[in-house]
Amino acid sequence: MAYDLTLRIWRGDASGGGLVDYTVEAEDGEVVLDAVHHVQAQLAGDMAVRWNCKAGKCGSCSAEVNGRPRLMCLARLSTFSRGEPITITPLRTFPVIRDLVTDVSFNYRKAEMVPAFTPTAEQPTAPFRMAQVDVERSQEFRKCIECWLCQDTCHVIRDHDDNKEAFSGPRFFIRYAELDMHPNDALDRKKLVQEDRGLGLCNITKCCTEVCPEKIKITDNGIIPMKERVVDVKYDPVRLFRRRRGGDDV
Amino acid sequence: MAAPTTPAPPERPRADIGTKTLRTDAWWRAPAISAFVLTAFVVYATIAVFYNKDYYYAPYISPFYSPCLVAGCHLAAQGYTHARVNVPHLTVLGYWWSISPAILILIFPLGYRLTCYYYRRTYYRSYWLSPPACAVAEPHKRYTGETRFPLILQNVHRYFFYAGLVLNAILTYDAVVAFRTHTGQWGHFGVGTAVLLINATLLWLYSLSCHSCRHIVGGRLKHFSRHPIRFKMWGVVSKLNTRHMQFAWSSLIWVALTDLYVRLVASGTIHGAWV
Repeated sequence: MAYDLTLRIWRGDASGGGLVDYTVEAEDGEVVLDAVHHVQAQLAGDMAVRWNCKAGKCGSCSAEVNGRPRLMCLARLSTFSRGEPITITPLRTFPVIRDLVTDVSFNYRKAEMVPAFTPTAEQPTAPFRMAQVDVERSQEFRKCIECWLCQDTCHVIRDHDDNKEAFSGPRFFIRYAELDMHPNDALDRKKLVQEDRGLGLCNITKCCTEVCPEKIKITDNGIIPMKERVVDVKYDPVRLFRRRRGGDDV
Repeated sequence: MAAPTTPAPPERPRADIGTKTLRTDAWWRAPAISAFVLTAFVVYATIAVFYNKDYYYAPYISPFYSPCLVAGCHLAAQGYTHARVNVPHLTVLGYWWSISPAILILIFPLGYRLTCYYYRRTYYRSYWLSPPACAVAEPHKRYTGETRFPLILQNVHRYFFYAGLVLNAILTYDAVVAFRTHTGQWGHFGVGTAVLLINATLLWLYSLSCHSCRHIVGGRLKHFSRHPIRFKMWGVVSKLNTRHMQFAWSSLIWVALTDLYVRLVASGTIHGAWV
């Protein structure tokens, strides 16, 4: 059944902007991205919005819906109170280009900084033979669609621009974790991730996990295990002693 | 090491949204409840620790005072006709320790919970407001996380975990010896027995679901396939780990209730009953 829905959308660019109200007809079963498309088609043809698959798999339509970082294509209208406007703003952590579109190149620069997979001397070239239990562990992190919601919600850079230089962010911490847990990767990135990529800045408040549309346990399965691995090589005297004597049981 | 190949462009401004958050839900509720419960526990525990009496009624001993490491514990039980049985104590420090013996014990569970990954999340949100909730701006101008003293000490969590295991074993012993009456007859079961038993169980579940425990039993491995037993143990701990928050709260509240029960029986406010 159709009903009138008011969207309060941030319009503007780097020079400034503000919230603008649009009322469109919405249908049962629609998502926020559908309503944004109605606005774009009927009321604001020049409104910039990034989207692609409409299925929660491409990670393009990230925005903040009623203040919460979400994929607009997965935000069902039925979950909002009818009669109340829905506020949509661009991702706060990244520079705005126009309207709902932000410049997320920060993340690609951080991606370039991750030292690539480095095979061991045991199996220097593909195909790599791995047991299924070893494969499964990092598969969770491979689900990441790079929507950047975790990066956006992380207060380390959201509230402190000055940390951007030193902080890679949760998306890349699970990439470091994935490589560190890979049985055929020979490169030790633990000190790098702690000293140069800002793992120590993370205070594990789990917002990255809360917003992940792929339900990756970023904190419990990625960041905290990485923090524990860093303790092994930096802060735990017993482990340090064992490593020096060659008794590392990995 | 790979180096950045794309230079960072000059920083452009973010969208000028104005308000600190546009969240419309009750984002403040969870941190407020957490702050209230944690504060209530700290207040209760402080009073209980410095009260320094009514912590033993044979065979029940308050978890705040077990194990007692000073000879003075024995004296603390004097004056109560129903509690003249010796307070179990290890007398590590003799008689010279004159303030509450609970202080010597509580350092370890306090350190364990303070450095616990779950509690860190909770008190960073509730007390430090860093951040108070997801996508809600924090009030601090600077932020260095856990990179500097004192917060870098959070990395000693695993050592408090080991200490916690020792205390758990002692509290389990306390629960086992609670299968007696206050006159020492075995094979009996009282309300206090159940209270102590639940307390020990919850503390074990909290410890075994710990993130450091998960890392130690198998998380640090690169090859699960080469360590099948540790992989299985890791699997069990991982399942418990998903409930770490629930175990953290339930064990915290129950340990206070256990102390309260022992305190009420020891002071004669209520009477212990056995079957």
